[in-house]
Amino acid sequence: MRGGGSSSSAEPGCKMEGLTLSEAEQRYYCDLFSYCDTESTKKVASNGRVLELFRAAQLPNDVVMQIMELCGATRLGYFGRSQFYIALKLVAVAQSGLPLRVESLNTVKDLPLPRFVVSKNEQESRHTALYSSDADNPASYSGVIPPPPGRIQVKKGSVSHDAVQQRTSTDQQESTSPVVSPQQSPPTSPHTWRKHNRHPSGGNNERPLAGPGPFWAPFSEAQPGSSTSSDPIWSGHSPPPHQENWVSFADTPPTSAILAMHPASVQDQTTVRTVASAATTNEIRRQSSSYDDPWKITDEQRQYYVNQFKTIQPDLNGFIPGSAAKEFFTKSKLPILELSHIWELSDFDKDGALTLDEFCAAFHLVVARKNGYDLPEKLPESLMPKLIDLEDSTVIPVISEVGEQTGEVGYSSSPAEAPPSKSPSMPSLNQTWPELNQSSEDTAIVHPVPIRMTPSKIHMQEMELKRTGSDHANPTSPLLVKPPDLSEENKMSSSVKFTAGNTVTDGYSSSDSYASDPEQIGSTVTRQRSHSGTSPDNTAPPPPPPRPHPSHSRSSSLDMNRSFSVTPGQQQAGVVAYPPAVPPRPQPSQGAGPHVHRPVDAEGLIAHTSTSPQQIPEQPNFADFSQFEAFAVSGVNKEEEDEIEMHSEVLQVEKATDSASSLRVAKADGRVEDKAPANVPTSAGKGTTPLAPPPKPIRRRLKSEDELRPEAEEHTQKTGVIAAVLASQPSIPRSVGKDKKAIQASIRRNKETNTVLARLNSELQQQLKDVLEERISLEVQLEQLRPFSHL
Amino acid sequence: LVLLSVICCPQNYPLYIRSVPTENELKFHYTVHTSLDVVDEKISAMGKALVDQRELYLGLLYPTEDYKVYGYVTNSKVKFVMVVDSSNTALRDNEIRSMFRKLHNSYTDIMCNPFYNPGDRIHSRAFDNMVNSMMMQVC
Repeated sequence: MRGGGSSSSAEPGCKMEGLTLSEAEQRYYCDLFSYCDTESTKKVASNGRVLELFRAAQLPNDVVMQIMELCGATRLGYFGRSQFYIALKLVAVAQSGLPLRVESLNTVKDLPLPRFVVSKNEQESRHTALYSSDADNPASYSGVIPPPPGRIQVKKGSVSHDAVQQRTSTDQQESTSPVVSPQQSPPTSPHTWRKHNRHPSGGNNERPLAGPGPFWAPFSEAQPGSSTSSDPIWSGHSPPPHQENWVSFADTPPTSAILAMHPASVQDQTTVRTVASAATTNEIRRQSSSYDDPWKITDEQRQYYVNQFKTIQPDLNGFIPGSAAKEFFTKSKLPILELSHIWELSDFDKDGALTLDEFCAAFHLVVARKNGYDLPEKLPESLMPKLIDLEDSTVIPVISEVGEQTGEVGYSSSPAEAPPSKSPSMPSLNQTWPELNQSSEDTAIVHPVPIRMTPSKIHMQEMELKRTGSDHANPTSPLLVKPPDLSEENKMSSSVKFTAGNTVTDGYSSSDSYASDPEQIGSTVTRQRSHSGTSPDNTAPPPPPPRPHPSHSRSSSLDMNRSFSVTPGQQQAGVVAYPPAVPPRPQPSQGAGPHVHRPVDAEGLIAHTSTSPQQIPEQPNFADFSQFEAFAVSGVNKEEEDEIEMHSEVLQVEKATDSASSLRVAKADGRVEDKAPANVPTSAGKGTTPLAPPPKPIRRRLKSEDELRPEAEEHTQKTGVIAAVLASQPSIPRSVGKDKKAIQASIRRNKETNTVLARLNSELQQQLKDVLEERISLEVQLEQLRPFSHL
Repeated sequence: LVLLSVICCPQNYPLYIRSVPTENELKFHYTVHTSLDVVDEKISAMGKALVDQRELYLGLLYPTEDYKVYGYVTNSKVKFVMVVDSSNTALRDNEIRSMFRKLHNSYTDIMCNPFYNPGDRIHSRAFDNMVNSMMMQVC
C-alpha cells in the first residue's frame, strides 16, 4: 500500500477549487486521503473511511452533513481529493467553533488542523499535533495513517522507507514487520500502536533496539536476541511502515532533519506512538513521563549490551580497557569524532575504561546515533551509571576519602552485620574489623565516591583497580557485593593490605584503623579482584604505599598486632587475644619474607611467639607489613635495594621461617582460628585474616618508627631494602598449602630473616664502635685544644 | 579577560586554539608562537622542576597592547599558553593558576579517551565547553 507511488501522488501542491492549504495542512490532508483511499484509486476517498473519519472528528451529525454538503461530496456522490480536502478543512473550521461557510475555507487563517479523536483517528489527531508543527515531511507514507509521532521520525520513516524495504529483505526482524504493515489495514493501526507502544518508552526504545539489530549485523554477533525481542512487539503492529521506520533508523543515514531529535520530539513520538489507550489523557501522561525515554535502555537492549560486554570482558564487574572499547565501537562506523564524544559522555569516571554501565551507556548512545539521534551534550540521566559509586570510583573514594563521604561512611557502617563469629575472642577492634570488612564489602561498594580527587590519584587507583581485574560493583546491585566467601577473605586481606598502606598515614590508634575500614573495605572490594596471586606491589603506584600482598594483609596485621602488643607494650588496642586455633597457614609461607624486614620486628615476633598463638597467620602478615613499611621507607633506599636484595632474600626466608615457627608454636590456633574459618574457605592462600588489619599497619608503623629512630640510617636503609625485598616476594605461594609446608616455609623465612637481622646487628655494632672511637678521639682533641682556647 | 588559550604539543604545534574573537587574532597567534620560545627557554633552565606554572614576561610583546602572556608546561612538555588582557588583571595570579589547572585536568580527560590520538587536534565538545566557560568567566 504504501508505495512510493501513493506517496508521490499524495503530494499535491495544489490548490483545489480555490482551496488554499498550508503546507502542514497539505501534508496532513494528503495523508488522510491516502488513509481513506482504500481502493487505491488515488482519487476517491472511500465513503466508509471518510465517514469514520468524520465520526472521529467528534462533530455533531448535522455538522457532518453540512460539511459533506459544502464540500460537494453529496453533490458528487463521492469524495474526490478536492472534496476531501475541503471537508477536512471544514472539519477544522467546525472544530474551532467557526460557522461553516465555504468562504471560511480560505479566509480563516491559522486554522488548526482538524482533530480526529476516535481511536483509529488518534493517530490522526496525533498526527495533527505533529503536522501543526510544520514538519517537512515528504509525504511519502504508505497508505497507513499518518504517522508517526515525531515529525522527524516521520521524515525518517519516509526516508527510510526504501531502506526499510531493503532491510526487510536483509534483516529478518525487519522482514516480519514490513511485511505486516503494508498488508494490514490501517484501521488496525491504533491497536497496533497500542501494542507497539506497550509502554511509554517502549516505542522509542524499540526503535533503537531495532536499530542495533540489523545495524550490528556486521558486528560479530547477530542480534537475534534483540531482533527477536522486538519481533513480538512489532509483529502485531500494523503500521509497520512506521515501525519500520523506527527500525530502519539504523539504515537511515542521519539526515539533517533528524539531527533535531530532541527529547521534546521524542516526547512527541512517544506520545503519538503510545496509543495504548485511546484516551488522550494517557498520551499526556505518557508524554510527561517519557521525557527521558529516548535514552532509557530497555531490558532487551540491556541484555544485548551485556552480552556484547561479555564478549569483550567476561567478568561483568570488570572493565573494558579503552583500546578494546575503541575497536569495538569503531566497528559501528561512526565517525571518530562522534565516537570520541560518546566516549566522553559515557566514561563517567574518566578513567579510560568502561565498566558495564558505562559500556551500556556508550552502546546505547551509539545505537541512538546510528538511528539518527543527535548526541546530547551531557549524558542523559537514564544513562548515567548509577553504579558509578559501585564501580572503581567507590573503591577509590573510599580509600582516599573516607572522611569526606559521610554518606558512604554511614553506608559502610550500616551493613555492619558482619560475621561476628569470626573471632569471638578477638578484641573488639579485631572483631569489628572482620565484621566490617565482610559486611562492608557491600558498603564499600556503595560508596558513591567522587570520582576525581586528583587526576593522578584517581588514575592511579583506578589503574590499580582495573588491573585487579574487575570492578566489584555489580551493575545491578551495586550494593550487593555478593559477599562471597572467597572474595570476602581476599577482600579483607586486600583491604587490610590496602588500608595498611593508607592507614600508615592514618595514625596508630586502632580507631584509626577503624576509620579506615571503609577504605579497606573499598580496597577489599578491589583487592579481591586483584588477588590473582600477583603481588599487589607490582601495580601499586609509588605514592601511597602499595597494597601489600593481599594474602599477607590480614595475617600481617595480625602479626603486627601480636608483635606489637607484646613488644611495644600494647601499642595497639589490645588486639591480642586470639583464639588458639592453629589453622593451616597459607600465609606463613608468604609472610615469612616480610618478617625479615624488621630486625626488631623479628625479635618481637620471636618474643611474641610465646605469647600469642596465632603466629602462623601473622607471619605472612608480618611480612607484608614490613613490606609496607619497607615501601614507605624504601623510597629513600631504593638504591640499596639491589645489593642487599640478594642476600636479604635468603635471610628473609630464614627469618620468616623462624619467626613463623616460633610464633606458630605459641599461638597456634588462637588467631588462626579466627582467620581459619575465613581464610581457609575463602582466600586461596591469601592468608587473609579477619583480624584487624588496620591496627596492624598502624602498629607496624609505630614499631618501625621506633625501630628506625634508634637505628642508624644505614640500618634503616637496609631494613628498607629488606622490606623491599620481602615485599617483592610475589612468588610466595598463595596456595592454601598444607600446614607443614607453610610452617616449614615460614621457618625457612624466619631463619633468613634472622640471619639478615643478625648481620645488621653486627654491622650496627660495628658502627657503634666506630662512632664511639670517634667520639673518644674528638674528646681528646678537644682537651688538647682547650689550653689554646685561653690564648 | 582571557583573550586566547592555546595548547601546544611537545613538538610545538598547536593542539587547540580558542580565542575570544577580536581583531588582530593573528597577532595573538604570533604572540603565542613567540612565547613558545620563552617557554622552552624556561624549561631548559628549570632543570628538575617539571610541572611549573610560569608567568611569562609581562608585556612581552607590544607593550602598547597591554596584555600578558602566561604559560604552563606539563610533565610531558605539553604547553598551555594563555593571553590575557591586562586591563583588569592586577592580582589574578592565582586565578591564572587555577585556570591552568583546569586546563590540565581537562586535557588529561581527553587523553583518557581512547579515540583521541595524542597529537591530534582537540575537537572535544566537553573540552570546548570547559574552556569557554573558563575564559568567559574571567571576563
